[in-house]
Amino acid sequence: MTTTEEAPAAAPTPEGVVPESVDNNQHPVGHGRMLRKEDPRFVRGLGRYCDDVQLHGMLHLAILRSPVAHARIVSIDVSAAQAHPKVKAVITGADLAAQGLAWMPTLSNDVQAVLATDKVRFQGQEVAFVVAEDRYTARDALELIDVEYDILEPVIDARRALAPDAAVIRDDLDGKTDNHCFDWQTGDEAATEAVFNRPDIVVVKQDIVYPRVHPAPMETCGAVADFDRVDGKLTLWSTSQAPHAHRTLYAIVAGIPEHKIRVISPDIGGGFGNKVPIYPGYVCAIVASIVTGKPVKWMEDRSENLVSTGFARDYIMRGEIAATREGKILAIRTDVLADHGAFNGTAAPVKYPAGFFGVFTGSYDIEAAFCKMTAVYTNKAPGGVAYACSFRITEAVYLVERIVDCLADELGMDPAELRLKNFIQPEQFPYLSKTGWTYDSGNYEPAMRLAMEMAGYDELRREQAEKRTRGELMGIGVAFFTEAVGAGPRKDMDILGLGMADGCELRVHPTGKAVVRLSVQSQGQGHETTFAQIVAEEIGIPPADIDVVHGDTDNTPFGLGTYGSRSTPVSGAAAALVARKVRDKARIIASGMLEVSVADLDWNKGTFSVKGDPEKSVTIQAIAMKAHGAGDLPEGLEGGLEAQICYNPENLTYPFGAYICVVDVDPGTAQVKVRRFVAVDDCGTRINPMIIEGQVHGGLTDGVGMALMEIIAFDEEGNCLGGSLMDYLIPTSLEVPDWETGFTVTPSPHHPIGAKGIGESATVGSPPAVVNAVVDALKPYGVRHADMPLTPSRVWDAMQGRATPPV
Amino acid sequence: MQVSMTVNGQPVTEEIEGRLLLVHFLRDQLRLTGTHWGCDTSNCGTCVVWLDDEPVKSCTVLAAMAGGRSVRTVEGLEKNNVLDPIQQGFMECHGLQCGFCTPGMMMTARALLDRNPDPTEPEIREAISGQICRCTGYATIVRSVQWASKHEAGERAKAEEVSS
Repeated sequence: MTTTEEAPAAAPTPEGVVPESVDNNQHPVGHGRMLRKEDPRFVRGLGRYCDDVQLHGMLHLAILRSPVAHARIVSIDVSAAQAHPKVKAVITGADLAAQGLAWMPTLSNDVQAVLATDKVRFQGQEVAFVVAEDRYTARDALELIDVEYDILEPVIDARRALAPDAAVIRDDLDGKTDNHCFDWQTGDEAATEAVFNRPDIVVVKQDIVYPRVHPAPMETCGAVADFDRVDGKLTLWSTSQAPHAHRTLYAIVAGIPEHKIRVISPDIGGGFGNKVPIYPGYVCAIVASIVTGKPVKWMEDRSENLVSTGFARDYIMRGEIAATREGKILAIRTDVLADHGAFNGTAAPVKYPAGFFGVFTGSYDIEAAFCKMTAVYTNKAPGGVAYACSFRITEAVYLVERIVDCLADELGMDPAELRLKNFIQPEQFPYLSKTGWTYDSGNYEPAMRLAMEMAGYDELRREQAEKRTRGELMGIGVAFFTEAVGAGPRKDMDILGLGMADGCELRVHPTGKAVVRLSVQSQGQGHETTFAQIVAEEIGIPPADIDVVHGDTDNTPFGLGTYGSRSTPVSGAAAALVARKVRDKARIIASGMLEVSVADLDWNKGTFSVKGDPEKSVTIQAIAMKAHGAGDLPEGLEGGLEAQICYNPENLTYPFGAYICVVDVDPGTAQVKVRRFVAVDDCGTRINPMIIEGQVHGGLTDGVGMALMEIIAFDEEGNCLGGSLMDYLIPTSLEVPDWETGFTVTPSPHHPIGAKGIGESATVGSPPAVVNAVVDALKPYGVRHADMPLTPSRVWDAMQGRATPPV
Repeated sequence: MQVSMTVNGQPVTEEIEGRLLLVHFLRDQLRLTGTHWGCDTSNCGTCVVWLDDEPVKSCTVLAAMAGGRSVRTVEGLEKNNVLDPIQQGFMECHGLQCGFCTPGMMMTARALLDRNPDPTEPEIREAISGQICRCTGYATIVRSVQWASKHEAGERAKAEEVSS
């Protein structure tokens, strides 16, 4: 059901101006710009993050990590560390193995070592841990542990992982004799081959690498574990984007009954998918608290975060596109080599080992598509789905948007024009893609036209032509993306058997104030505000009167958490529907109060009135008091005004957007400067435009980072070359422009309020826009492609006609 | 060793290890957890506090080095239950999302506005360029500082009107 009227393609928005002060108490009920309810604590420095948790008698845990990428552990001597007067415990893999805790399941049905027992398989892998009285002593004691390693040949280049002479990384797995992780394919191979074999078509091939990058949230990962040995209850504060799923997994792994585990995700300093997996450090903290009988804190430092926690991407792709000479795209085909690191730690629904990479056909109506993928193990950190990727849609969109640009180059067509010629048309929705995805709604051309108008596209092209005559390098990059977010329908999607539905509870108190309890967890997305607004819109209580509770498994209903832009599509729907359920009950109570039948009542955001007699009315607040108060309620009705639901989405939602990036490249230094970036996004119904704009801005910055500077690279021995923020470069205020944003509104037909996700759109859509712009700038040098990150040295290489060195 | 300093206007004397970093002194010993620990290498700026009137990265300053000096943290921005305009500006302009970089950003911005009450956009970008925000993309942080600048200009004009 769609309750929101489809708005016409909007004119450029007034976003971007410094707004006047807004009084939250004056905010009209429901959707619209409203200041965030969570901000008053953050601006006072009173946010409560994991490392802010300090409990009486709390000990500190530090992890000893492998200095090498691949080695057999010969011996570990912890005696000197144990003898340190301030050290309370030293634990190795052998100690954990004795309790059956040395290995844990990953979110992809693989296993990962909590502490290495037999071998270390990547640099930075967890080998032992120390629990001490304070943070610094715990670190000191790591220096006292003596580990003897027998160095093995590391497998670093994914292209060499399946070579017959490559060392076998996962010899822990029964009968494993190679580094093969999985094969996967989608689409119709024969039909695609037939299209590619047609005469008189244009075929373009391009090798495209999406290098390994890292979400690097400002807050690193950590936990405080507090095991109450009398009650047998474990309380775990942790940097988790999915507290409920984590609780269930801890119950399964550690054998602690689920009702005796309380996972609290306090304020989280950015997640971006980095905080979806369960890391060995969390398990170590739990073990440490059980062993010592004290609360134990583990906070990793920045290097630990970069070298050992969930990376992103690492896809080596070959794209092929077939089109008519007139520019009608016919088919897309791709081969992918996926580097999964030492353990398959991908966090994706189990039936989707490559995440949602299957949407690589993008926003175009084509005849056939096929993808073949091989995933391999290497001696690198595990992970794979993170950094606002919407389960690998980042890779898919980058592939299709890069290869479409290559095609435009081959055909001598303008890249915007080529895209406009091939879009799925509005009347084709719901659109079944050639790889089996049902796009719920879309209206692509107005978004593309709006972006072109905002950018002054034709004028930019004229400026570019004029500059080229003077040898100046200006590039204009176009990208159009369709996302698939809001995992997901439980018939198709689960993580380790847990269906991807989300619960929501709403209670209206007697005085008409309310509390809504969510299963999802904010890492900065502003859930305390957005969800209050969703409920307010449906039930007519001002958002200021609605408290949002989240991030505590003892106090919220079960659900799978926040990642893959799923909070608004799934939990947002749950919030709207639970509010409607409460409203339905309120209607019955109102009918009793006004002595008319429910059919004779009109609802006007907060008030029921008698049809034809609007003076006769009751407010939701009066109804709430009646629901809890003295006197009879309509027959058969229980007291109270509350409801609970579990929402199972019917389909994913498919937000989309048109991005245009303008860059200038210094011909002398090959330095890229992003001059302008225009982003038009369509996320369906817009709940809080201010928060949406913020989500887009952040993603655009990620995109500039990945396109121009971010990479987790390794040397031949497997040493991580991006292990600190001095080596892993993240955009600052000087590398990004003032963003120009606009929007169109195409509601989702199946979401109760027509909303789609927005959290990752810009991270998905912006890297190809930036790279397309740089490649466009380098056209005078005959460059058709260059791999990210487009650092000055790589751009210089491209200008000299040298291939980008392999990652 | 013993160290004495002023923190947000209050005199403080504590027993510390000589190697204790200022960020950990503030967070773990004084329980002022608004200042955050983000990178150890002076790159991210979540730990920015003032040492006397200068913003510094407290992850690379020893607590001992603050001896005899005055430290100001995010907790010292609000005065008599009234938010500093920079705090208000960050709320008004959505200058924060996860809030982790925010205290450091605000301390740097406050120092900028004290020296340059009407900074240009490039001046604001330059001032915060030693700090990283992973959420906002910086544009709303720039607007937040502009909001505070505009607001303070208005307050100054009002004050002049009253005095004249």
